Amino acid sequence: MANIISDETIEYVGILAKLELSDKEKEQAKKDMGSMLDYIDKLNELDTKGVEPMSHVFPVHNVFREDIVTNNDDRDNILKNAPEEKDGSFMVPKTVD
Amino acid sequence: MAKYETVIGLEVHVELATKTKIFCGCSTAFGGAPNTHTCPVCTGMPGSLPVLNKQVVEYAMAVGIATNCKITQNCKFDRKNYFYPDNPQNYQISQLYLPICRDGRVEIELEDGTKKTIGIHEIHMEEDAGKLIHDEWDDCSLVDFNRSGVPLIEIVSEPDMRSAEEVNAYLDKLRLIIQYLGASDCKLQEGSMRADVNLSVREVGSKEFGTRTEMKNLNSFKAIARAIAGERERQIDLIESGESVIQETRRWDDTKGYSYAMRSKEDAQDYRYFPEPDLVPIIISDEWLDEVKSRQPEFRYEKLERYKKEYEIPEYDAKIITESKHMADIFEDTVAICNKPKKVSNWLMVETMRLMKAHELEAEELSFSPENLAKLIELVDAGTINGNVAKEVFEKIFLDNIDPVDYVDKHGLKMDNDVDGLKVILEKIISDNPQSVEDYNNGKKKAIGFLVGQAMKETKGKANPGVINKMIQEMLDKN
Ligand SMILES: [Zn+2]
Repeated sequence: MANIISDETIEYVGILAKLELSDKEKEQAKKDMGSMLDYIDKLNELDTKGVEPMSHVFPVHNVFREDIVTNNDDRDNILKNAPEEKDGSFMVPKTVD
Repeated sequence: MAKYETVIGLEVHVELATKTKIFCGCSTAFGGAPNTHTCPVCTGMPGSLPVLNKQVVEYAMAVGIATNCKITQNCKFDRKNYFYPDNPQNYQISQLYLPICRDGRVEIELEDGTKKTIGIHEIHMEEDAGKLIHDEWDDCSLVDFNRSGVPLIEIVSEPDMRSAEEVNAYLDKLRLIIQYLGASDCKLQEGSMRADVNLSVREVGSKEFGTRTEMKNLNSFKAIARAIAGERERQIDLIESGESVIQETRRWDDTKGYSYAMRSKEDAQDYRYFPEPDLVPIIISDEWLDEVKSRQPEFRYEKLERYKKEYEIPEYDAKIITESKHMADIFEDTVAICNKPKKVSNWLMVETMRLMKAHELEAEELSFSPENLAKLIELVDAGTINGNVAKEVFEKIFLDNIDPVDYVDKHGLKMDNDVDGLKVILEKIISDNPQSVEDYNNGKKKAIGFLVGQAMKETKGKANPGVINKMIQEMLDKN
């Protein structure tokens, strides 16, 4: 494996992804990420000079909606997805910035 | 002590005036009960798919054209990843690599008449987040997703501003352009226009920029001016005492008058943008671009010129009237009916302004019809009602948009032009007020005003004060 993921990197990625990994999981993740980067390096060997970057896999563009209200109040159903609800709202742990 | 220059760039978020959200058919109407304007898309449910609102693209294009931007004819959306409870998908759909508009500029005019060009780096489309309410009782936060997915454009300026005055002139310029386009109502206080201020200081003459901070939570022109003064001082103090400015996001507390750092190191600002896989690219053809261009309205500076030429009203009046697109519309529609631009302008400049102030209304909230104002002007010109009654009737039009012709009829407000009847009243007033008559005869011509006032009272304000004045004068001079 050409790409070695450092302990600092895996720690940082964990913070970004809000994941707490055990030491064993960290080692596995380091290995997985390293091989992903190796794969990208392989792709980078290809000469793509003059090739338009592709932004989407389907040859489709300009899929639009008209600006017309189509959804009614469906709060009761939507709130069924809430872990907890209060006063018609999703209830979450106290968050202040 | 060295002299410092303030360098300011703005990121302005504008909520677009679409009826529906950017990626779903939920209403954007303000003030609904929490979560009544939500669906699986705007609450980030797995498996739901966004579909782009075409009107959002057209508004963004229109603002870009009006601010002299290059339109990116092949553009797309990207994902900005971060965790926060007001962001249900754990990413915001935005534009990083190919924003819809780039490289624009607007001209601002300062108090002293100097003009300055402010560059626009880019304008991109994105979705708004939900609203978090902190519950005092349960030690929890409540999330309302009604605003989640409301379309925004973010207008990013170049760091071309040097003072709070320039910042305010720039914001006002953007507000006018966007309101004229009908793309947003741009209310700072209500959050439909929000400005983040990027500020750094450097010694005058220095070519390098200093380290900048970003300030959020500025919701009035005054708060922006205070935040700029406060942050400038804070940065200069740091530099003078040998410390360095840290590049960070700070929240301005307007009541306390200082800013504080918002994010801890735990929340690294690494958004890991990547192309949004759920949305297909947007290709803007020349035809589409031309079509949007051809629909651009007459902007304020164009209106100003035309008003001076076509309606021959003073520049000052034209400026005040065109300060709001809505008021300019009322003006033009009323003139189209009665063809009396000076009188229409006068009603708007004097009585309308007075009543707006008294009732704390914005120009955008005026709700009387041009038809009723035109009718009122005709009533005065035809001598049916006098000036004082007209003011009284106008207040009714202003508040309840009543029909002045009906109102004048119903309340018996027609001017009294019965000369013989008036004469009897006036003779009595003259004989009841010998002191005023004597004053008048002794050369105090102003004394006549008191007599006219008495006569207006006697006729319950329905007589024509000009006619009364003339009649009393004739009667006194005859004696
Ligand atoms: Zn929705």
